[in-house]
Amino acid sequence: MSILTDTLENTQDAMRRDQVWSFLQAKETPIDVSKQILLYIEGLSVSFDGFKALNDLNLYIKEGELRCLIGANGAGKTTLMDVITGKTKCDEGAVYFGQSLNLLEKDEAEIAQLGIGRKFQKPTVFEAHTVMDNLELSLKTNKGVIATLFASLSTIEIERMDEILETIGLKENRMMLAGSLSHGQKQWLEIGMLLAAEPRLLLIDEPVAGMTAQETERTAELLTSLAGDHTVVVVEHDMEFVRSIARTVTVLHQGSVLAEGSMDEVQNNADVRQVYLGEEEA
Amino acid sequence: MSLNLNTLSKLFDRGDQPGSRTLPFVVVLLVVMVFASISNLTFPTDSMFYVTTYTITLLGKYLCFAILALSVDVIWGYCGILSLGHGAFFALGGYAMGMYLMRQIGDRGVYGNADLPDFMVFLNWDQLPWFWQGMDQFWIAMIMVALVPGLLAFVFGWLAFRSRVTGVYLSIITQALTYALLLSFFRNEMGFGGNNGLTDFKDILGFNLQEDSTRIALFVITSLTLIFVLLLSRAILNSRFGKVIVAVRDSEDRARFIGYRTERYKVWLFVYSAIIAGVAGALYVPQVGIINPGEFSPISSIEIVIWVAIGGRGTLIGAILGALLVNYAKTRFTAVLPEVWLFALGALFVLVTLYLPKGLMGFVEQMKARKLQSKQRNMQELPS
Repeated sequence: MSILTDTLENTQDAMRRDQVWSFLQAKETPIDVSKQILLYIEGLSVSFDGFKALNDLNLYIKEGELRCLIGANGAGKTTLMDVITGKTKCDEGAVYFGQSLNLLEKDEAEIAQLGIGRKFQKPTVFEAHTVMDNLELSLKTNKGVIATLFASLSTIEIERMDEILETIGLKENRMMLAGSLSHGQKQWLEIGMLLAAEPRLLLIDEPVAGMTAQETERTAELLTSLAGDHTVVVVEHDMEFVRSIARTVTVLHQGSVLAEGSMDEVQNNADVRQVYLGEEEA
Repeated sequence: MSLNLNTLSKLFDRGDQPGSRTLPFVVVLLVVMVFASISNLTFPTDSMFYVTTYTITLLGKYLCFAILALSVDVIWGYCGILSLGHGAFFALGGYAMGMYLMRQIGDRGVYGNADLPDFMVFLNWDQLPWFWQGMDQFWIAMIMVALVPGLLAFVFGWLAFRSRVTGVYLSIITQALTYALLLSFFRNEMGFGGNNGLTDFKDILGFNLQEDSTRIALFVITSLTLIFVLLLSRAILNSRFGKVIVAVRDSEDRARFIGYRTERYKVWLFVYSAIIAGVAGALYVPQVGIINPGEFSPISSIEIVIWVAIGGRGTLIGAILGALLVNYAKTRFTAVLPEVWLFALGALFVLVTLYLPKGLMGFVEQMKARKLQSKQRNMQELPS
């Protein structure tokens, strides 16, 4: 009897009109964050002509956190971002997005489509395109050749772009060519492009370089508000700025993690004082 | 809000983007086409309105070059891929058409062999090579016109772009490609008529190639093809695909990091461009009556780039105008001072690069942009 009802239920389930069969559904790549950790970096080593840019680096980024990476020049911050985003191949180690997605097997485009957005050190926007076009290109959509050829903006997408324009304060400039924006505005546009892609993880390389004090303050506000919904990793030299946004700070030195903790903890750490802040005082 | 935005973006819709001024250009081209054809057919030869068949054929040839220039502009101007070997695709398209025309000669050749073209009889071949099979069918020949350049571009582009070869290295490889083809097509054993190429064509689809009406038909078809290719390229470049292409030109890394597989975009644009070049070649051959390996020469590929540079890369109309102007000048110059022409061309290229880096159209564009900017400022002052 129970077999019969089971079969009946299964059949009913398979014939439900409000659902398509599971094999017809688009495959969403599941990002498994059941352990509350979004990005695992373990034993990562990269060397360029014998120079060890990263040396057995271990780093775990929690889901929804705002993490600051600091370190002297050559500490490996940018190289780390290059490895995560697929630009540089590593010699050894593992990089996992969630528990199951091995990022080392994927190329830049695939990693970006998984939801890892990256902002470069130097603001990189498409200068020959308008602000709107820059955002349109960054939207989270099908990025295949054919789909792009016949793509058009939906109302939802236009509203989304409006929201972003509001957030990044470029509403007035939407029809301007990105190349004619000021340096600070380009930085903002690039952040806006990241937002348009609705990423899980944002990697932000020196967001406030070349910004005025006011712009810096607004950037700090924005990044803090993004954390929670998104996971944000910021590389920055400006200690003032780091202090204003950081909850957890990781100090890199010669390609590995030197210290990790709150800003105060890190500043009072003896090793850090010696290699990083110590040098500054001297 | 979204409605507001839509109207706003429509107002500025591509004022400075590919294909503005397309409509006036198309109208002018159509008028010239109709006028030239009618004057040739209806006015007596001594009338002042009579356009000679020679002029018609010359115009048709220029228009073929315009299509070719367009194909280079699509990849160079919009995607930053400087191909110095686009003559190869043009010539391949031309050879495909030439093979069809050769087969149409039938037994009217010097040797009167119905199955083999003259040069094969001369080489003592007793049967058609496999790649000549079916080329007596117009539709197969037409497929080949697009397929051969397209396939070559796909394989070449796939290898080059996947390995991320860019800039001057890519240009050098394209140059090598066309040079390699030049050398192989010079060889008699290749089966394409060696250094004489394919010539002495009689008719196309049963129409005599020497007839005025056939020449006019070819001219009209070429004009219409140019218009079609222009509109198609414009549509492609105005789509989001086109925006990605320009994005790749300006910052390929950025495009990759927002999730575009840039090499695929480049390959498909390259294939599109090669097919257009092939079609241009196919239209060129029946009008000039010959195709030989000279078309593969690196110099002629570089010449295409010069047309585009002079007209203004990154503007479709610019490429067309550049091709028309330079080729007109070439016809004029080589008639008067043939030995000076190459120097003149070189000087023109240097001058344009120095003083008009965006070509003639870029200069016009600049003026327009200035106007647009002031208009935009006015628009923003309006309450939204």
